[in-house]
Amino acid sequence: MTLTQRYRFIYKPLVFTACLLPLAWLACGAFGWLGVSLGADPVKELEHEAGKTALNLLLLTLAVTPVRELTGLSQLVRLRRMLGLFAFFYVVLHFAIYLVLDLELNFATLGGDIAKRPYITIGFTALLLLIPLAITSTNGMMRRLGRRWQQLHRLVYLIAILGVWHFYWQVKRDIREPLIYVGILALLLGYRVVRAWRRRRAAAALQRGAAAPTAAITSRSGSATAPERT
Amino acid sequence: MRFRVPRIAPSEITPQEVYLSRRALLAGALATGASAVLPAAEPSPQGAPLNFTVNSQYSVKETPNKFEEITTYNNFYEFGTDKDSPSHEAHTLRTRPWSVNVYGEAEVHGTFDLEDLLKGQALEERIYRFRCVEAWSMVVPWVGIPLSNLLQRFKPTSRAKYVEFTTLYDPRQMPGQRVPVLTWPYVEGLRIDEAMHPLTLMVVGLYGRVLPNQDGAPLRLIVPWKYGFKGIKSIVKIGFTAVQPRTAWNVAAPDEYGFYANVNPQVDHPRWSQASERRIGAPFLAARRPTLPFNGYADQVASLYQGMDLRRYF
Ligand code: HEM
Repeated sequence: MTLTQRYRFIYKPLVFTACLLPLAWLACGAFGWLGVSLGADPVKELEHEAGKTALNLLLLTLAVTPVRELTGLSQLVRLRRMLGLFAFFYVVLHFAIYLVLDLELNFATLGGDIAKRPYITIGFTALLLLIPLAITSTNGMMRRLGRRWQQLHRLVYLIAILGVWHFYWQVKRDIREPLIYVGILALLLGYRVVRAWRRRRAAAALQRGAAAPTAAITSRSGSATAPERT
Repeated sequence: MRFRVPRIAPSEITPQEVYLSRRALLAGALATGASAVLPAAEPSPQGAPLNFTVNSQYSVKETPNKFEEITTYNNFYEFGTDKDSPSHEAHTLRTRPWSVNVYGEAEVHGTFDLEDLLKGQALEERIYRFRCVEAWSMVVPWVGIPLSNLLQRFKPTSRAKYVEFTTLYDPRQMPGQRVPVLTWPYVEGLRIDEAMHPLTLMVVGLYGRVLPNQDGAPLRLIVPWKYGFKGIKSIVKIGFTAVQPRTAWNVAAPDEYGFYANVNPQVDHPRWSQASERRIGAPFLAARRPTLPFNGYADQVASLYQGMDLRRYF
C-alpha cells in the first residue's frame, strides 16, 4: 500500500471513527442507550461534553504542525482538515444544545446572552469565525485562495484563544481544568512564536552571509505541499 | 389543603432500589469500562427512617425531585467540585457522634451533642423549592425543625444581629478542603430576623430518612427563598454576632455572590441570567421555567426587606 492509500483506507477512517465516538456517547446518554447515564442534569452534561470535545479537537488541530515538525511525520497534515472540521461540527453541536435544550429556543435570552455575557459573546465570536474556515476548507478553495488561504486560516489561533478563554470564564470557581487548557494552548502557540523568531534570526544570518540564496526560508505553511522547515 | 405526599419516604425510595438492582445488572454486564458510565457509589439508601409530621402548610404543591437526583447532583465543594463528586466521596464523613459549638451574643454557650440538641424537637417534613445560583432548581422534601426553635434554646441577647454558621473543617474527612477553591471552613450567615423566620429550616433528613452525607449530614440549613449556597452543610458551629458574618462565597467573589443572596429574577449574576431556571429531572424542552421573586416565597418573606435596594443588597 502506498502512503496515500494507507491514509485513505486506514488512518483517515480510524480518525473519523474516533472523532465520532464522543457523539455516540452523547447520543447514548441522551437516549439512555447501553445504560449510559448523563446524571441528574443531562442537558448540562451534553452541553459541556460537546464544548469540551470541540475544544479538544481544536487544540488537536493546532497540535498537528508541531507534532509533524518535531517527529518528522510530515504526512500527518493529511489528517488536519478532518480534525478541524470535526472541531467545527462539535462547536455547532454545542451551540445547538445550548439553544435548543438549554434555552429551549428562547431567542430573546439568546440575544441577551450574546450581548451581555462576556463568555457567551466570546464563544459566539469563535463560532462565527470558524464558519469561513469551514467553508474554505475544500481543495478547490485552497487552490483558489492561494496565499490568502493561509492568511485566513491563521484565524484559528484567535479562535483557539477565544475558545479557551470562554471555558475559563464560564467556570464558577474551580479553574484548575481551564488552566490546563491555557497551558496546552500556550505551548502550542509558544511553539509557533519561537519558530517564527528562529526563522527570522536564520534569515537575518543568511542575509549577513549575503551570497546564500534565501529560498530555504519558507513561509510557515501548513499545507500538504509545504516544504519541510530546516 | 390536599394531602399530597403522605409517608412519601418508603414509596419514593422503592424505585431507587429497583434502580440499584438494575444498575447492578448493568455493572455486571458491562464489566470493565463501565466505571466511566456508571457512578461508582450508590446514593445511600440505608438512611434510618425518621419520625416526623408532614407540614403541608409550608409545602409547595409541586412534585418533588427523585431521591436519586437530590443525592447525586450536589454542590458540596468539601467533596470535590463536580456535581457527582459528593455522592462518590462523602462516605468519608463521620456524622456520629457530632457536636455543635454555640458561641457569641447569647446566654447559653457551649458544645452540645447533636442528639441532645434535637431531643424534644418535633421533626417536620416540608417540601420546598430549591434554587441554585447556577440557575437550576429542584423540589425537595426536607425533614427538619424550624431554625428558630433551635436558636431560642440559646437565648440570644439583643446584641445578636446575625447568626453565623460554620461547616466542619477536617481535610481527612473532607478531601475537597485540600484544594483552595474557597476559604475553608465554609461559613454562612443570616440576619437574625431571617434566621428566626418560620420558613428557615434546620434540616436533618431527606425523603423521610436521615440526611445522606452528600446533602450535608448530619445538620444543614435550608433557606428556601435564597440561593442554595446559603444552605450551609455539615454544621459544627453556630454563633450569634453583632456584625455581618464573612460568608464563604461572598468572600470568594463579592461582586458575584452577595450576603443576602435572595432569589431574584431581576438581578442577574454577572456571568449568567437569573431570569429563568431549569428544573432538574424535567423532560427535554420542558425544563426551563421563569424564576420567581424570592423563589416563590415573596408573600412570606418580602416584608423582611422592605425599603432595601435589592440590587445593591443582592
Ligand atoms: C469555539 C467555540 C466554542 C468552544 C470551543 C466552546 C467550548 C466550551 C467548553 C469547553 C465549555 C465548558 C465545558 C465544561 O465545563 O465541561 C463550554 C461551556 C459552555 N459554552 Fe461553549 N464553546 C464554544 C462556543 C460557544 C457558543 C457559540 C455558545 C453559545 C452561544 C456557547 C455556550 C456555552 C455555554 C452556555 C456553556 C456552559 C456554561 C454553563 O455551565 O452554564 N459556547 N463551552
